[in-house]
Amino acid sequence: MPWLSDQDLEALALTLRLAATVTLLLLALGLPLAWWLTHTRSRWRKPVAALVALPIVLPPTVLGFYLLLWLGPQGAVGRAMTALGLQTLPFTFAGLVVASMLYSLPFVVQPLHDAFGAIGRRPLEVAACLGAGPFDRFVSVALPLALPGVLTASALGFAHTVGEFGVVLMIGGNIPGQTRVASTQIYDYVQSGNYAHAHLLSLSLLLIAFLALLAISLLRTRRSAHD
Amino acid sequence: MTDASGLDAQLRWSRDGFDLDVALQLPPRGVSVLFGASGSGKTSCLRALAGLEPACTGRVRFGDALWQDSALRVFVPPHKRRLGYVVQDAGLFAHRSVAGNLDYGFRRAGRPAHLDRDALIDAFGVRDLLPRRVHALSGGQRQRVAIVRALFADPALLLFDEPLSALDAGARDTLLGHLETLHATLATPMVYVTHAIDEVTRLADHLVLLDAGRAVAQGSLQATLARLDLPPSLVEAMGAVIEGEVVRHHADEHLAEVTFDGGTLLLPRRRAAVGQTVRCRIGARDVVLSLTPPSDSSALNHLRCRITAVGDADHPSQCLVQLRAGNQLLLARITRRSLHALALQPDREVWAQVKAVALGGQ
Repeated sequence: MPWLSDQDLEALALTLRLAATVTLLLLALGLPLAWWLTHTRSRWRKPVAALVALPIVLPPTVLGFYLLLWLGPQGAVGRAMTALGLQTLPFTFAGLVVASMLYSLPFVVQPLHDAFGAIGRRPLEVAACLGAGPFDRFVSVALPLALPGVLTASALGFAHTVGEFGVVLMIGGNIPGQTRVASTQIYDYVQSGNYAHAHLLSLSLLLIAFLALLAISLLRTRRSAHD
Repeated sequence: MTDASGLDAQLRWSRDGFDLDVALQLPPRGVSVLFGASGSGKTSCLRALAGLEPACTGRVRFGDALWQDSALRVFVPPHKRRLGYVVQDAGLFAHRSVAGNLDYGFRRAGRPAHLDRDALIDAFGVRDLLPRRVHALSGGQRQRVAIVRALFADPALLLFDEPLSALDAGARDTLLGHLETLHATLATPMVYVTHAIDEVTRLADHLVLLDAGRAVAQGSLQATLARLDLPPSLVEAMGAVIEGEVVRHHADEHLAEVTFDGGTLLLPRRRAAVGQTVRCRIGARDVVLSLTPPSDSSALNHLRCRITAVGDADHPSQCLVQLRAGNQLLLARITRRSLHALALQPDREVWAQVKAVALGGQ
């Protein structure tokens, strides 16, 4: 019976680091975005909402392919980065982070959007009349009331990033220690017929995802028991 | 009322086929009630005064402060208007305890030192509730907490949007008592939205009657409710509000004797003590007119009046007779048949009979 190799542990650590980084960045981006989508009366609301939801229906390879073109040395962003003296993003950890953020964006924004919507206007109006400005209302009323939604969004964003494959392969390649995450490592094992190792790593991923979801759900029930 | 005090608003708002076009002049003290049927626009008015409906255009001035002037592109957001806003469902923050709710506005008002928080907490009986979570409170408790929370924010203007309409009868009566006390003790002006006439009777100093997005009448409570030129949707509410002093209790009969400018009334005894001022409403339907002083009627109250005007009611068989007893206006809704049979016309002297039973339950 084989055990997880150093390579496997490296891939797992990278996966977790990627998922954690992406989840935190997505919360920072998703909270204001979901807030805007909930409260704006702009005519851009629907197009933006559709754009955010796009990765749900798009094959990950399509997303990865366009990102590769866009971020690569010949792409618009890639050229701009080169001109600024920066390294282009494909086949780097930063590139993986950017691609994963796009890929998991709807899974974070949607629960946040739902949570903000469920609060309704009433508590925010009351807070305004009690002297709270817009940012104050967001921090002191909307965020605490939407906390279950924030937890769900974090869990989904994290789990979805752990489980991605197509985008990672397109934009990250499969460089050990840099862009080789658990899912691509499993793919390699299966390709080379090493089913025992594929099993082990797959089970590890399964366990991680299960524990993450369980932790969130326990956290949520603890909170509602408090209320 | 001078130009630089009170609330002065011109509100215009069209949405979903509903047009609001209202001009309000509210006094700088006391309770101004916006009264009307549902859909008359009273809640929209209140929300516009609070600044919660940016789509509503017009002009709102409160005292020296210009809160909104669409022509000058002036719009002061709600959180800078120093409001207390109490809504039907209380709107308490579910993520905070009662004490946390009370603290919310108090902190943002800069912890005003002149506010006697302990007195307010005790006056509204919320001390025992302080550590509790909001969702465990009853409807009446929530509403009391909401009112104290609003008062803790040291508001310059208090806005009430049907605060009692979601409560059961017992809780409603208790809270109405609290509001009466507040009315008697607080200098802060209040704007109060309701469609319940007994709340108008007990709380209003100034009354604005709304119908289909228009203010059809506004003025002092007594004068406004006894007008004859109101639209059909409001006729049912019409009547007199008598304010008088309790002079005696008939303990064995459980009746209270109240004198006012136009005479004496007997009514079912309430909590009010002798010497206290009370209000009671005499609905236009509860008044019977006769030409001679009735001697064998079961109605306990007979008021000598003079007819001042006759107007249409909301049914062709009926009319409204406006009467004056002393300085007090009364309304009687009678059939046209009776009007003609008794040859009633302005300046005629009549006796108004009012059943004491009709003056109870308030």
